[in-house]
Amino acid sequence: MIPEIGQFALILGLLLSLVMAVVPMVGAARSDIAMMRSGHSLAYGVLVLTIIAYACLTIAFVQSDFSVAYVAQNSNSVLPVQYKVAAVWGGHEGSMLLWVLMMCGWTAAVARFSRALPPALIARVLSVLGMILVGLFLFMLFTSNPFDRILPFSPTEGSDLNPLLQDPGMIFHPPLLYMGYVGFSVAFAFSIAALIGGHLDSSWARWTRPWTIVAWAFLSLGIALGSWWAYYELGWGGWWFWDPVENASFMPWLAGTALIHSLAVTEKRGLFKSWTILLAIFTFALSLLGTFLVRSGVLVSVHAFATDPARGSFILGFLVLVVGGSLLLYALRAPAVHNRVLFSWLSREAFLLWNNVVLVIVLAVVLLGTLYPLIADALNLGRVSVGPPYFNFFFVPLMGVLCVLLGLGISANWKKTPKDRLLKLWLKPQVLALVVALAFPFLFDGQFDWKAALAVYVASWVLFASLADWYTKTGNARTFGGRFGKVRASYYGMLLAHIGLAITAAGVTLNTIYSVERDVRMLPGDVQAIGHYEFRFDGVERVRGPNYMAVEGRVLVSHGGSEIGVLKPQKRNYFSGGNTMTEAAIDTDLFRDVFIALGDNMGKGAWSVRLQYKPFVVWIWLGALFMGIGGGVAVADKRYRRARAKAPVQAAPVLQSA
Amino acid sequence: MHPVRKQRLILVLLLVTLSSAAIALITYALRQNIDFFYPPSKFAAEEVPHNVRVRAGGCVVPGSVFRSEESLAVRFSITDGVAQVPVKYTGILPDLFAEGEAAVVTGKLQSSGVFEAEQVLAKHDETYTPPEVQEAMVGDHTATCQGAGKAMASDY
Repeated sequence: MIPEIGQFALILGLLLSLVMAVVPMVGAARSDIAMMRSGHSLAYGVLVLTIIAYACLTIAFVQSDFSVAYVAQNSNSVLPVQYKVAAVWGGHEGSMLLWVLMMCGWTAAVARFSRALPPALIARVLSVLGMILVGLFLFMLFTSNPFDRILPFSPTEGSDLNPLLQDPGMIFHPPLLYMGYVGFSVAFAFSIAALIGGHLDSSWARWTRPWTIVAWAFLSLGIALGSWWAYYELGWGGWWFWDPVENASFMPWLAGTALIHSLAVTEKRGLFKSWTILLAIFTFALSLLGTFLVRSGVLVSVHAFATDPARGSFILGFLVLVVGGSLLLYALRAPAVHNRVLFSWLSREAFLLWNNVVLVIVLAVVLLGTLYPLIADALNLGRVSVGPPYFNFFFVPLMGVLCVLLGLGISANWKKTPKDRLLKLWLKPQVLALVVALAFPFLFDGQFDWKAALAVYVASWVLFASLADWYTKTGNARTFGGRFGKVRASYYGMLLAHIGLAITAAGVTLNTIYSVERDVRMLPGDVQAIGHYEFRFDGVERVRGPNYMAVEGRVLVSHGGSEIGVLKPQKRNYFSGGNTMTEAAIDTDLFRDVFIALGDNMGKGAWSVRLQYKPFVVWIWLGALFMGIGGGVAVADKRYRRARAKAPVQAAPVLQSA
Repeated sequence: MHPVRKQRLILVLLLVTLSSAAIALITYALRQNIDFFYPPSKFAAEEVPHNVRVRAGGCVVPGSVFRSEESLAVRFSITDGVAQVPVKYTGILPDLFAEGEAAVVTGKLQSSGVFEAEQVLAKHDETYTPPEVQEAMVGDHTATCQGAGKAMASDY
């Protein structure tokens, strides 16, 4: 019964979003305020229905109702209850439902928090979001219904949630990613609404910015969490593989990063308007492309969901419709939003332009590398794959250039900055960064390594240039403590995100340069050393977990003679069957991880063991955390909450009385 | 020329130059870094270049896996039902690597005819076969893989 209620709620949701896609849009065209206002209640209605559907699916999981095919495939009666709740989004169908739920949540939030916006604009935004929702509901109901039953012969036991997903990191990774993807659809909807309305001024950019920044922050956190999960759960200590599905989430991030910077220029200077719109369209399109790549099964990947050609064709059709439609609209309407302002090459906007150029090139590199195997296959050039060397060859130097430009651009003012002033502002952080960069390799390792010096130079340049800019901008405060109140929340958000980038950049590069990895065969009592770290293998024991049995290794780790502790890597066999899983044991501190994974039983008490020393590895995710928090802080800026726009608004009094 | 137009012209020229340079570089790098996939039958037909990074895939021939007593070196053969390729690898094999199951190896074919793998990938769950491997199996030879897999499973 309960799954049928969920199913019914989904169908009602589809119908309501159909209405939402049409009525407010028509209302905006006819200046009919009642029709425009209907968007708000429709948005809340769709949200309530989706919450009902989602709750029904959750109940089916908690009650282990294996007559529901999706529950039978992704749950099991011995699964701990928190994983039953998380298993709702552990497979394709349920994760689509979560996606739709978030989409409805964002739509309702737009309806709720945009009362100060011109009603025609918000009506169009809600309609565009409604159109996307229609697509998602149709996709779910026709190709991936989570409420499909297995009747009359329903299984008595489920086949379990993939053990890889039974992990806290995996519980939060998909929701964060979807928050990001879905959030970009709000930026997309704002752009389409602006194109239709022909109104694109700085207030438009100011409304779009917070939504985009929040989406970007979620996506940053989601990607980082996924990378962290791969690091400790996939068992072998890698944190980024340039896997097509990682790229699928990384491409919208790159486009989104370009978008939030371009939006800043559009808000502050009224420049790059059509470019910003185009970026918003592409960011959303890339989110859809990512979905297509992950869920259609066209690419070989560790992430691939159970595949079904119908899903792939549906998403591809949707993608073509969205991209084709919005580009057509763009071609027709973009000339209306042209700008005629000159800018100096020594200005913040010019540096932000460079930021966009570099990010778009990086995006093109990743996009081509990801799609090349598909293109080659389609053109009969053979089965190929593009390996990490290709991506690293471009990505690392280009990101270095981006960081250098960041440090240069941050001290530039809008409009125009005198050259002498810029040079003066650059000098101190530049010198400081050089000193740190040259000293670091000796302090860390005792010998010079130009790669490490370069990496530290780039990261510390971003850091020092950012801090120096803060120091200059708050220069008129009387006391040091007084400086903190001198700049706004959005500035601190930016500062945090940039420092986050510096931390991540340092983490990625230094980890790559200084990591030591060793696969060894160890007998009980054997000792291996990596640098000052010693590892003594003390054999294995059998242990029992809540829903698995495991072989657990005992490895005593010590550093320069003092014991750090006993690490216990496991090989797990889940009761529900399936393959053995490697569970690595990790000792983390701020400057290094010690990572041990158990390989195979080599017989006679010997085991293959992977020992790793991974310096600065946490910095990779710590930096992303800074970026996420930075996004949150930036959005808290009062200016985004300040009441209404100055732009002429039709029928505004009616809105105020409502 | 109007200064706004002039600036726009500079911008457009800059973008065109930069993007063409970028695309040229990317295409070049792609050519250098793509790994072609070959099924074992192509190895038998000697169509696979020596000492070039390529990928190969097939079923791990049951009974062909030999581990060294002292080190982590391992030897096994993969088959597509037509031919077999001997593979040499040193390191820890993935959890899902097993005899009779599909595996994809990346590495170089030595002039001795042995494939020296840098990386061994196994399918990522019980029901999944990499599409390349699936495609490489001619006719009903997927049965080679599955039949062998079942024989192994009954040993547990």
